[in-house]
Amino acid sequence: MPTPIPTVTPRPAKTIEISGLNFFYGKTQSLTNVNLDIHDKQVTAFIGPSGCGKSTLLRTLNRMYDLYPGQRAEGSIRYRGHNILDAGQDVNMLRAKVGMVFQKPTPFPMSIYDNIAFGVRLYENLSKGAMDERVEWALKKAALWNEVKDKLAKSGLSLSGGQQQRLCIARGVAVKPDVLLLDEPTSALDPISTAKVEELISELKQDYTIAIVTHNMQQAARCSDFTAYMYLGEVVEFGETDQLFMNPARKETQDYITGRFG
Amino acid sequence: MIGEHSSKQYDHELEAIRSKVLLMGGMVETQFEGAMECFRVGDDEAADRVMADDHAVNQLEVSLDDACSHLIVRRQPAANDLRTVFATIKVITDLERIGDESSKIARTSKSLHSRGAVNGLNHYDTVRTIALATTEMLHDALDAFARLDGKQAMAIIAQDALIDHEFKTILRNLITFMMEDPRTISSALDTLWVAKAIERIGDHAKNIAEYVIYVVEGRDIRHTKPAEPEKSAL
Repeated sequence: MPTPIPTVTPRPAKTIEISGLNFFYGKTQSLTNVNLDIHDKQVTAFIGPSGCGKSTLLRTLNRMYDLYPGQRAEGSIRYRGHNILDAGQDVNMLRAKVGMVFQKPTPFPMSIYDNIAFGVRLYENLSKGAMDERVEWALKKAALWNEVKDKLAKSGLSLSGGQQQRLCIARGVAVKPDVLLLDEPTSALDPISTAKVEELISELKQDYTIAIVTHNMQQAARCSDFTAYMYLGEVVEFGETDQLFMNPARKETQDYITGRFG
Repeated sequence: MIGEHSSKQYDHELEAIRSKVLLMGGMVETQFEGAMECFRVGDDEAADRVMADDHAVNQLEVSLDDACSHLIVRRQPAANDLRTVFATIKVITDLERIGDESSKIARTSKSLHSRGAVNGLNHYDTVRTIALATTEMLHDALDAFARLDGKQAMAIIAQDALIDHEFKTILRNLITFMMEDPRTISSALDTLWVAKAIERIGDHAKNIAEYVIYVVEGRDIRHTKPAEPEKSAL
């Protein structure tokens, strides 16, 4: 039976082009020949069973793996025309442009205000007034401002889990990145906080390119434009989200998203 | 297609829906055959049975709609599962309508036979060809749904044009009768209603075949020209 080919709509520009990417933890290869594009101001979701390499792939996009010895990537990840895997890449500048939010909220043990300002100070030298504006702007972007505007001096750890996660997103947004990487941003949150974060993702999409790793397939279906299904370190299928969830091209994808896996 | 979910309970729920649809299909098939037999020989009791069976078919439609909405809320089906549930909801609407048309045929049969025979017009012979073709088409459509056979579904869709053509032939035939001898008008009109009901049953069988293609291939070929389905894969 011929597989229907998704109708080709005009695609937005590519922010990141991954080609021939291999990744190794020591001698263990965990990504094999990954080729895909992450489009400008779109949400790209990565789904797949545990250990399929989706978080690893996300971590290559801002070279988070550099922090650990023995981990290396081969191939090319072109971001705005440069291969970020090149030895000459300024990793700090890269991470300012490609921000990351983790699975568990990781606020710094400091005030809400400083949680946001800390990252900004690393890259920019702002006056007190400009910094106040930036903190307010970031908190508003993360839909947290109304809840914390009267307690900016309080510890970030005093917030609820959902608020902490939005604080982390605000922190990511504050340095005005280009791309936001979200690694299971709602897996530790209750449904209401999850809904808020998802709402936030669709808001942030106006200004940022977003890549999200999620175990929640409905979440990928709800908030992404493109979805990649990964298995055993390879991209099995990559395509428009609606198409992938309604009528996937590959049987492996269909088995996974319909719960016929394992 | 159904089966092998990590959740066995999910398999059971889908299988229960599927077998209920097939049961409903069998019931309307029996209804249609019963109705045509009434029309042929004029058996009032059999006609009443066909109409009474319609209640059971209606009940099945309601309970299947309910089962589908429960499945959606509990399982959030995706891909082929989602298409199966979607198609099921559509198919049972068509089946219920086939039941209605069959009841209509049974009711018309009663009124036609109560007036007695009319010289010249053999009501059953007039619709025999379209009735046999539609019976076969309905049977094949249910078979294609049970086996999720896209090829067979395609063949059924092509068959509907023949039935539509046959209906037009019957219409011309009956008009000739009515013009030649006005005493045949009542019987000819009854026969025309029956022919129309049969033609509608053919349309419903065609719809079912279209949903089979939607489940199997994921493309919606409704309201496309007969030549298009092959090409629209690209």
